[in-house]
Amino acid sequence: MLQIKNLHATVEGEEILKGINLSIKPGEVHAIMGPNGSGKSTLASVIAGNEDYEVQEGDIIFDKANISELSPDERAHKGIFLSFQYPVSIPGVSVTNFIKTSINQIRKSRGLEEMSASDMLKTMREKSKLLGIDRKFLSRSLNENFSGGEKKRNEIFQMAMLEPKLAILDETDSGLDIDALKTVANGVNKLRTEDNATLVITHYQRLLDYIVPDVVHVLLDGKIVKSGDKDLALKLEREGYDWLKTETVNA
Amino acid sequence: MDLENDHHQMRDDAIKIFEEKGFPTKKLEEWKYTSLRPVLNSDFNLFPKKEKSLEYNDIKKYCIHDIDSYQIVFIDGVYSSHLSNTTHDKFDACLMSSFLNRPKYKPLVDKYFNQITPKESMDALNTAFSKEGAYIRVPKEVAAEKPVQILNFSTGSDEKLMLQPRNLIIVEEGAEVEVIERHQSLTENEVLTNSVTEIFLEKNAKLDHYKIQNDKQKASLIDSTYVKQAESSDCEIYTFSFGGKLTRNNLHYFQDGEYINSSMKGVTIIEDKQHVDHNTLVHHTQPNCESHQDYKGIFADRSTGVFNGRVLVDKIAQKTNAFQSNNNILIDDKATINSKPQLEIFADDVACSHGCTIGELDEEALFYMRSRGIPEKEARALLMYAFANNVLNSVNIPELKRRITKQIANKIGVSLGFEL
Repeated sequence: MLQIKNLHATVEGEEILKGINLSIKPGEVHAIMGPNGSGKSTLASVIAGNEDYEVQEGDIIFDKANISELSPDERAHKGIFLSFQYPVSIPGVSVTNFIKTSINQIRKSRGLEEMSASDMLKTMREKSKLLGIDRKFLSRSLNENFSGGEKKRNEIFQMAMLEPKLAILDETDSGLDIDALKTVANGVNKLRTEDNATLVITHYQRLLDYIVPDVVHVLLDGKIVKSGDKDLALKLEREGYDWLKTETVNA
Repeated sequence: MDLENDHHQMRDDAIKIFEEKGFPTKKLEEWKYTSLRPVLNSDFNLFPKKEKSLEYNDIKKYCIHDIDSYQIVFIDGVYSSHLSNTTHDKFDACLMSSFLNRPKYKPLVDKYFNQITPKESMDALNTAFSKEGAYIRVPKEVAAEKPVQILNFSTGSDEKLMLQPRNLIIVEEGAEVEVIERHQSLTENEVLTNSVTEIFLEKNAKLDHYKIQNDKQKASLIDSTYVKQAESSDCEIYTFSFGGKLTRNNLHYFQDGEYINSSMKGVTIIEDKQHVDHNTLVHHTQPNCESHQDYKGIFADRSTGVFNGRVLVDKIAQKTNAFQSNNNILIDDKATINSKPQLEIFADDVACSHGCTIGELDEEALFYMRSRGIPEKEARALLMYAFANNVLNSVNIPELKRRITKQIANKIGVSLGFEL
């Protein structure tokens, strides 16, 4: 579904990603772990098409098409979703109206009619239940004065509404207490199918207790230095990243 | 009759003031960023030659007809009885001319008329030449059961008109009313409206006043509103400016009592070479009062905006809370905004703040929206809409709110994927 080949990206002239290779198949959950500043969030932003980053080299192939040149909205139309580490607040637009606009713009790009008001309402009711979101929340201004937990829950709610093929969760666990973490993880798990994939970006192994990855990658200084199964995450939790740094130097 | 004499004397005095001062120029601090010259290049006629008659269909879209209201309609400054719906029932919503000319109103005229209008040139010009306007008085402890709409239309069809509407609103002790005031040109011809409104709120009175200004290219408007408030009264004035060649809003509050709330909010969205100038003044003269100012502007093309917000806190006005915010978005490189807060505070125990921002649309918010599938053009429009829409939250007439929201959406060119 997603293939990243030799991806190099810079921001303001500084190289952050230094040749990433990654391949994700439908139905899989991949996790990317790494210390601060290793390039995790940059990778998420670049896949989603953030124009602040410049791709110097390499390709991003999604569903057999090269999407490297596509705008963020065109990537969303193809089914890529990024759950933000720091969701932006937009005073004056309610959660409901934002999601309606988003869904209908995506449908429009696929040549579909707008979703009927009753279908929209029904879907919202179902999905909000999944994440324990109450109705009052939906009429609030998007992310304005939301707590950290509410922001993350709202991101996963939007993901549930948009039903992306590839969901990238950027530090979704940061700022969540254990109950909120369970709710969010449970929501993500219920949305998993054989046809979609999830890329989880995280600092801590904690989230991976609840969203169990098929593959774990370690990102160090803009490169994936090791990949393995979920036990790799546990090892990182116990031993930190230093052993990998030495290993990389030695190699 | 005495009435006539008094009135003549007032007009003569006003003419003298105007003769002495002339039209304001950019040399005056208060008019530094707004030149009347482009407007005054034309010869305006002060007296329309013939009356224009309009049918309801001509003005339908400018009336908020889905709400039950009283309406006072003027066409080229002349009262249109067949389009209006006035009242003397529980309160007065009628014509300035009848207020000024009927002996029974004499005590009220003496007490209120032309009492708080400054002796400045444009105001004097209005006092000298105004022939008509709206008169609203809500007696003690009466809550007006429906809003009053003051609708000023100009046709300007065969000559360049200068109009001088003059309104007076008196809200007596414990009374409440909502007013919607609109200035709308119906053609692309030149018109200059020089409007003066005096507003008095007695103790515990409440007024919500919504001004909706021209969306046509060549109409110009100088709208001066002077408010005097007594103890524990609450006055909110909204100004929605969506176009016109030149718009100047003078909105001045004089607080004459404790526990007063004065609010002014505005949304300005203009393009081409349009110009909108907000000149506000709140004079806090007593302790324990509040004032809130929230003005938002979106400027495209070569349009220019001015915000000059003055807050004056007298030495005895302790515990004053005065907030002022002016946020602007410049869509094009050639658009300009001059934002000038002026806080003159002589009391030492006050909470006063002002903030002014001038910027472009938030890039991070744009990326967020685009990552959810909303294309750039729509995302920009939605952000602008959200920026302006924030002021609308406190509009208390739902139908009016819906209308203005829609007008803003149309103005910005956003087709939103949801019902407004």
